Amino acid sequence: MSSRELILARVRRALADVPQDDTPYDQAFARPYLREHGHRSVAATVDLLAGNLADYRALVHRCTAGELAGTIARLLAERGSAAVSVPVGLDPEWLAATEVTRVPDSAADTPAELDRVDSVVTACAVAIAETGTLVLDGSPDQGRRRITLVPDHHICVVRVPDQVVSSVPQGLERLDPARPLTWISGPSATSDIELDRVEGVHGPRTLEVVLVSGE
Amino acid sequence: MPAFPEAAHEAVHNQTLRGNLRHATHTIRAKRANAVAEVSDWAELREAGKQIKDHTLRHLDRYLVQLEESVTAAGGTVHWAADADEANRIVTSLVKATGESEVVKVKSMATQEIGLNEALEAEGVNAYETDLAELIVQLGKDRPSHILVPAIHRNRGEIREIFAREMSEWGRPAPEGLTDTPAELADAARLHLREKFLRAKVGVSGANFMVAETGTLVVVESEGNGRMCLTLPETLISVVGIEKIVPTWQDLEVFLQTLPRSSTAERMNPYTSMWTGTTDEDGPRAFHLVLIDNGRTDTLADEVGRQALRCIRCSACLNVCPVYERAGGHAYGSVYPGPIGAILSPQLRGTESEIDASLPYASSLCGACYEVCPVAIDIPEVLVHLRERVVQGGAVTREGAKVVLKPAKGHAAERAAMRAARWAFGRPGVLRTGQRLASRTRRFHPRTLPGPGRAWSETRSLPAVPAEPFRDWWQRTKGGQETRGGKDTSK
Repeated sequence: MSSRELILARVRRALADVPQDDTPYDQAFARPYLREHGHRSVAATVDLLAGNLADYRALVHRCTAGELAGTIARLLAERGSAAVSVPVGLDPEWLAATEVTRVPDSAADTPAELDRVDSVVTACAVAIAETGTLVLDGSPDQGRRRITLVPDHHICVVRVPDQVVSSVPQGLERLDPARPLTWISGPSATSDIELDRVEGVHGPRTLEVVLVSGE
Repeated sequence: MPAFPEAAHEAVHNQTLRGNLRHATHTIRAKRANAVAEVSDWAELREAGKQIKDHTLRHLDRYLVQLEESVTAAGGTVHWAADADEANRIVTSLVKATGESEVVKVKSMATQEIGLNEALEAEGVNAYETDLAELIVQLGKDRPSHILVPAIHRNRGEIREIFAREMSEWGRPAPEGLTDTPAELADAARLHLREKFLRAKVGVSGANFMVAETGTLVVVESEGNGRMCLTLPETLISVVGIEKIVPTWQDLEVFLQTLPRSSTAERMNPYTSMWTGTTDEDGPRAFHLVLIDNGRTDTLADEVGRQALRCIRCSACLNVCPVYERAGGHAYGSVYPGPIGAILSPQLRGTESEIDASLPYASSLCGACYEVCPVAIDIPEVLVHLRERVVQGGAVTREGAKVVLKPAKGHAAERAAMRAARWAFGRPGVLRTGQRLASRTRRFHPRTLPGPGRAWSETRSLPAVPAEPFRDWWQRTKGGQETRGGKDTSK
């Protein structure tokens, strides 16, 4: 007998007490918990996102669509970035105001090459206000998972309010499980030394979030 | 491995260890209470988590088959391992097939449980732990002592010493003049590990959740080392216990709310990675899922004890446990310490060994662990159930087969006392005579019990024997209605 058959047989024997007509999944339990916590206006939900991102040490900026290129150029300049990783589907307008060297996201690059890049600019798939979470799904404007991991500085652009949801349940609804997903809540952090929170271990040590609104 | 009382005896006299543990558990305890208070529907989330997990366990065969189909359809390969040896053989041969001699590892309780690092080392493969706490443990040639923060027993001064002394043995040495500030220590770990991440071709992980419906695996972490191991290598091997399934994508909405708040007391952990098989040119090109039993189906066979398989490894029960706080994680003699370890280890491994027979007693049954558990595992109930098994023996399932356990050694006196009590309770005359005798001789009762009873009475006050048995008092006073002229029984 293969181990697969062995384990499945053991499971079935172990569950001899469970009746055959046991309640199916969709009737097995209620979901009495909330779809979101509290009732907020759209503006208040965006404010909550900004507050929770900042609470976990992300740097939050707000601007209009017209100011976005200038804002990104300023943030890269303030960091002294010489090279920025760029997802293939990123709106070229976003980087129109900066002279920084663009490094297009490419499968051919080795991790070591990526390690020499200072910053990365991406969009996101959805942002969750109650937890201060950005979710990236590998779409063309977000690139491969590793480009938001290896460089030390990540600028993530969130279109507000249409990319913002209140809660984790609402966030999951918007996502496609078949895509490679990365949920980001603040910069890399550890609590392994005396349970003191320290920002910045292996991922980007600086996370800047630009909440961009309107036209 | 010595039994819990001996191991704990040493630990409680270690002042540094007790200080480190007290500081850490009290810090996280207070933070967790705040994080939980932020969500008004915590009780409902907890109940839903419990019910989803119970439902999954009751149909585990079906969900395992469904998971296998969806992972395979998404480009992954599923392997089944009945025990630790088989899991280690599978992983070792997968690593060897890549031609590599080193792997980077995400912190994983499952690979600790099966002793994967040692098995790989025996085959000439270096396994590098990349979680900061696991790195501290690995460099310090130590053992983990906590589920979430394996180096909780170490303070910053000890960590600095370990880094300065050991890092050069494994790769990039610690920077000159390294101080003990957490930020500098974390930075030293960053530099040391980055060179390993960037060249690694094989990553090994566990998983917090597996979604049967979609074949999605979920790893929840903070530092980014998980993301490094899950996305940079060409081959990813995930070793996961068969109980970690949830049926649907939507079910994650419960656990992604309860797990971070229960474990690190955060609204959400910094990084969560979700992957479904392989994706073209993004992340590993080969994905292997090794599903391990290793005692889980035996645990499932126990109708009281199976609830331990609901555990999502948040470690909240460790942080509130008065016994864990004083004894530390090493005393439990298992990769799963604390209250959950006290019920999980003796079920996964059986209660035959001295340490496993002692674990159900490593508790004051105060119930704090049950209160904080985000999937409502009634740990005290299972502890009492396992104590009964240790003392009385009985039918259990080991490696899929029903066996009858003999009562454990060392409980003969207790068992004899219980047998005598049962005999006496069935014979009213004997009971009455015994009680009267006890009342009349109460001035001569010793304060501690002689013989095998001493171990029990050394740490407890013996119950006082009343001057008159209750039944005599009841008959004499007709239930308290005629007290006049009677003996004053309050003295």
